[in-house]
Amino acid sequence: MNLTLTINGEPVAVPNVSPTMTLLQYLRASGRVGTKEGCADGDCGACTVAVIGEGSDGKLHYQAMNSCIVPLVSMAEREIVTVEGVANGSLHPVQEAMVKTGGSQCGYCTPGFIMSLFAAYYDGTVDDLAVEGNLCRCTGYASIRRAAALVTGAAPVDAFSERLQHPLNPLPPLGLADRESPSEQPFYRPGALSEVLMLLQRYPEAMLVAGATDLGLELSHHRQQFPILISLEAVTDLRFIDRRHDAVEIGAAVPLSHIEDQLRGVFPSLDEMLHWFAARQVRNRATLGGNIGTASPIGDLPPVLLSLDATLRIAGPNGERQIPLCDFFKGYRQTDLQPGEVIVSVIIPTSPIPGSQRRLSQSYKVGKRGTDDISIVAAAFTIDLDADNRILHARLGYGGVAATPARARGVEDLLIGQPWNAATIELAKVALYDAFTPLTDLRGSAEYRKRLVVNLFEKFFVQHP
Amino acid sequence: MGSVGERRSHESAVGHVSGKATYTDDQRPPIGMVSLYPVLSPHAHARITKIDVAAAYEVAGVVTVLTAEDVPGENDTGVIVRDEILLPTEEIHYWGQAVVWVVGETEDAAREGAARVIVEYEPLVPILSIREAIAADSFHVPLQVFRRGEAATALESADYSLSGEVEMNGQDHFYLETQASWVIPDTEGNYHVYASTQHPTETQVVVARVLGIATNQVIVTCLRMGGGFGGKESQANPYAALAAMAARKTGRPARVRLQRHHDMILTGKRHGFLGRYQVGFAADGKITALAVELYSDGGWSMDLSPPVLMRAMLHVDNAYYIPHIEVKGRIAKTNRVSNTAFRGFGGPQGMIVIEDIVDRIARTLNLPPHRVRERNFYHGSGETNTTHYGQEIFDNRIDRVWTEVKTNARFEERRQAIAEFNREHPYCKRGLAITPVKFGISFNKTQYNQAGALVLIYTDGSIQLNHGGTEMGQGLHTKMLQVAAKTLGVSIERFRVMPTSTDKVPNTSATAASSGSDLNGQAVKDACETLKSRLAIVAARMLNLDSPEAFVFEDDWIYCKTYPSYRLSFSEVAQQAYNERVSLAATGFYRTPNIYWDSKTAKGRPFYYFAFGAAVSEVEVDGFTGTFKLRQVDIVHDVGESLNPLVDQGQIEGAFVQGMGWLTMEELVWDPQGQLRTYAPSTYKIPTISEVPEHFQIHLLERAPQEGVIYGSKAVGEPPFMLAMSVREAIREAVAAFAHGQPVPYVPLAAPATPEATLWAIERVRAAASESVEQPLLTS
Repeated sequence: MNLTLTINGEPVAVPNVSPTMTLLQYLRASGRVGTKEGCADGDCGACTVAVIGEGSDGKLHYQAMNSCIVPLVSMAEREIVTVEGVANGSLHPVQEAMVKTGGSQCGYCTPGFIMSLFAAYYDGTVDDLAVEGNLCRCTGYASIRRAAALVTGAAPVDAFSERLQHPLNPLPPLGLADRESPSEQPFYRPGALSEVLMLLQRYPEAMLVAGATDLGLELSHHRQQFPILISLEAVTDLRFIDRRHDAVEIGAAVPLSHIEDQLRGVFPSLDEMLHWFAARQVRNRATLGGNIGTASPIGDLPPVLLSLDATLRIAGPNGERQIPLCDFFKGYRQTDLQPGEVIVSVIIPTSPIPGSQRRLSQSYKVGKRGTDDISIVAAAFTIDLDADNRILHARLGYGGVAATPARARGVEDLLIGQPWNAATIELAKVALYDAFTPLTDLRGSAEYRKRLVVNLFEKFFVQHP
Repeated sequence: MGSVGERRSHESAVGHVSGKATYTDDQRPPIGMVSLYPVLSPHAHARITKIDVAAAYEVAGVVTVLTAEDVPGENDTGVIVRDEILLPTEEIHYWGQAVVWVVGETEDAAREGAARVIVEYEPLVPILSIREAIAADSFHVPLQVFRRGEAATALESADYSLSGEVEMNGQDHFYLETQASWVIPDTEGNYHVYASTQHPTETQVVVARVLGIATNQVIVTCLRMGGGFGGKESQANPYAALAAMAARKTGRPARVRLQRHHDMILTGKRHGFLGRYQVGFAADGKITALAVELYSDGGWSMDLSPPVLMRAMLHVDNAYYIPHIEVKGRIAKTNRVSNTAFRGFGGPQGMIVIEDIVDRIARTLNLPPHRVRERNFYHGSGETNTTHYGQEIFDNRIDRVWTEVKTNARFEERRQAIAEFNREHPYCKRGLAITPVKFGISFNKTQYNQAGALVLIYTDGSIQLNHGGTEMGQGLHTKMLQVAAKTLGVSIERFRVMPTSTDKVPNTSATAASSGSDLNGQAVKDACETLKSRLAIVAARMLNLDSPEAFVFEDDWIYCKTYPSYRLSFSEVAQQAYNERVSLAATGFYRTPNIYWDSKTAKGRPFYYFAFGAAVSEVEVDGFTGTFKLRQVDIVHDVGESLNPLVDQGQIEGAFVQGMGWLTMEELVWDPQGQLRTYAPSTYKIPTISEVPEHFQIHLLERAPQEGVIYGSKAVGEPPFMLAMSVREAIREAVAAFAHGQPVPYVPLAAPATPEATLWAIERVRAAASESVEQPLLTS
């Protein structure tokens, strides 16, 4: 297909785009070689570019993303800034800061750092979080941290900040000019859920994609061909956060960084897990629906949502239905989602069950590296206690210990009615040790995982006595 | 303008931040360039029974396929011995070994072609660990032994003795730029290689050898590297050779750029080591005797393993005087990648062994580990200040860096505070540790300790600076500019540093062993001094003076000391030199004096000098998960009179974090079939910014010029890597604290100390603590 996008302020037309091509491949093939490939895995940040998108505040922002796992087609009609476009006659303040503090050594990761710093600079806060998704093997990061300190807290007024003031839809729907009979093409970005459902009827082989942080790997690494991609990024019916008196409903296509911003403080266990979830470049793109829909046994959010009794709203050719998340996962990477169906939203109840005096809730993630790692074990717990400190309600959600994210249901049952004290925990520990039969893999042994299943619950008790 | 000693930013910093700095694979592609893609072996050890490449040619865009038959010269890229076959025909030696390479119009076409190649194998039994190699007596070279005194006798008469094992994992370099080579053939049989290589001369020699042509038909240019760390010292050569083969076969420019997973699967890493020891010591913790065996995992071919092992054997003392010592070393031959140079080059592995031992001695005697370390330091002069290979440590600065960092970090005070914290916190413990570093500077291979430079002045006064060192981010070019500018008395802006190229400076050494500035700096200075003396003669004539030796070069002016008001601009003297037919080009050369090594007795002075440092680290360990947080780091490091404190600080910070990664989170996992399971950043975790503590204080030792080294400076690339041993020891301290006040005589800790390994260590400590209530602590 042919597409147009804006790169560093210049409109660019790209003919005959293969749906397999990533943004990074295009940038480099077109001579924009400042953007580097470090891993093609979405894990090192060397390929970071900034894309203009709507933030959780409804305003336009520069959002850092890994161009190596972004399908070029999904950038149609969008506006991006690469490292070549940052200096405007003279160096940009974030560039100057990096030069001054010795923030570059070999320089290969540097363009990616510049773009992460650039995006954060226009958000006003430039800190460690801005660059946690950028790997540097030379500096030990101290000089980069000093560079960040020089540019944080600025309220910049320049051509880049002015650009964000222009009212313009940064993510227009695309490819459905003739809604009755859309011509076949490899990429659609519909604006409404009804169009998604219609396209799925027409093209049952089509692949749904939002931030492409998982599917992008297939493109980048396995050069996999997808006959038709349907992007959910512009579907307004899937991009909402609704806070009701008894529940929060989150649209499936809401990027995680929006959830992080808008729901901070509502669910402590969700806050905690989002903090450890990948890095900013990924959270800007990844969505809640994607994290559930891929049904990875090591997805970070399902354990949290399981512990919060979340329910999924699903739309399909025959209307809508709801299903508790705990019934949604059917097996390794298998779900209850039927052909033609789409996850619309996740509904998370906010109130403890009747009669409870106190809700305890927390989540944990253990990886080899604290930051931006795939979990060895993730766990999330919710305990409601009555006035006598007895357990009225217990949810123990785990990831990394079975073929799907799973609850320790037997242990939950055992806990009900027990006092929340050390003796109960000792009972639970014995039961938890045998609750799952995890595997040994490169991340950790089965025995370690079994111990974490137990120990994380004990840690929860120690932290919430 | 007295630019030596300034905090100057990297000479390419503006290029780095604007994306304009060009790396090998960023160049404008020449017309018709082809790309290579490998076919990997699915076995760790196998006999090849069939190679059928016909189907690859059915793919549109496949140009040709490279097999052993296409090698015009030698099918071998070995650097010390010829044991590294480039394109195998009979046997596969490690999982992922490349069997053939498909050449395509594009990388995608080559990739598709590679998928069609049929290779059949007959699997053989692989040797997959050092222990398996020992059992099978599979080694690369004969046993090496270094001795001082009578270790066996001294062990027998020791008051206390212990024996044990220390095992440590390797490490992937994870340079951000993977291996890359472009080869541009001309029509006359010559090849211009652009390679991301730390050793352009060796790349040149290997390319010529594989093509079967003379070395002078190959030019190797290294623009810059996106990180090296030793991983592009020898490992760049095969890919340059393959691209050259493709260029020769097709007559077209050819390119190899490894994808990240290929880079991690194909290339050698830091050597894993196994140390076995028997140590004798006195009641005060002083070591009286040590017998240690060091086994390295060399992998399938020898590569640089012998000098890596030698450096480990020469650093097994770290900063400690050991009166009777016997060090044995062997290189295991295994069916894994061929392990190679990596920052520290075996030094860290040797030092980890002795630090483990010293800690164990301290715990056995229930003494604070830092006291036992101090008591064993090299000190005084003569015997107690002389290494086991007979080199006296002149200008021993161990005590200086140690005392200074202890003060800076308020070590004693925080030790008390942490003991208090640990009493109050049953589920998480803090640990504080201090460790020293003494690291020998010079290539072990004496002939590598030479360097050349070529300085070209043009008639407008602008200058091109060439030297034999390569830039991989360490700031070598920046330092060389500073040295040249100071020597010639001109501003840095006059210079352009040229890409390192074998047609400018021939027969160079690898940029390795932290020696880049020491060696090339002297060569650059030598060239500049030659030019200076020529220009002084010209200037003297211009001013009708007759004492060129009294001329001063300063701030872009040239004048005679006695008549400072009569001064000439550097540019006008350059122009006049040309007019007078005086050469404006000069080479420089340097060889390190006074180093020698007798391999028969294993004695000598292998190192020109030693670099010193000490670090204090504090961690907090979670008793539920085994995870740790690095809370604070204080370092005092000896870089002599720093040529560039900004660069040196960056080297120290970067090395420390890289070392911390090796010892805590970077885990190479091989499965039982010998397949590497960790070949991407999703599975192999190097530190991010979040693992680096806010309090990360680097102090360069002051008033510390090093005599005989370029402008009093000292090498900095590798030594600070080993400061990260303090993190490992701090984790051990924290783990030991889970015994709740009980002394535990032995706290073994895996390297890397992953959360899982640390949790198991905590469990052992808890178990030992409950047992030790009944058992006596010491069995002497």
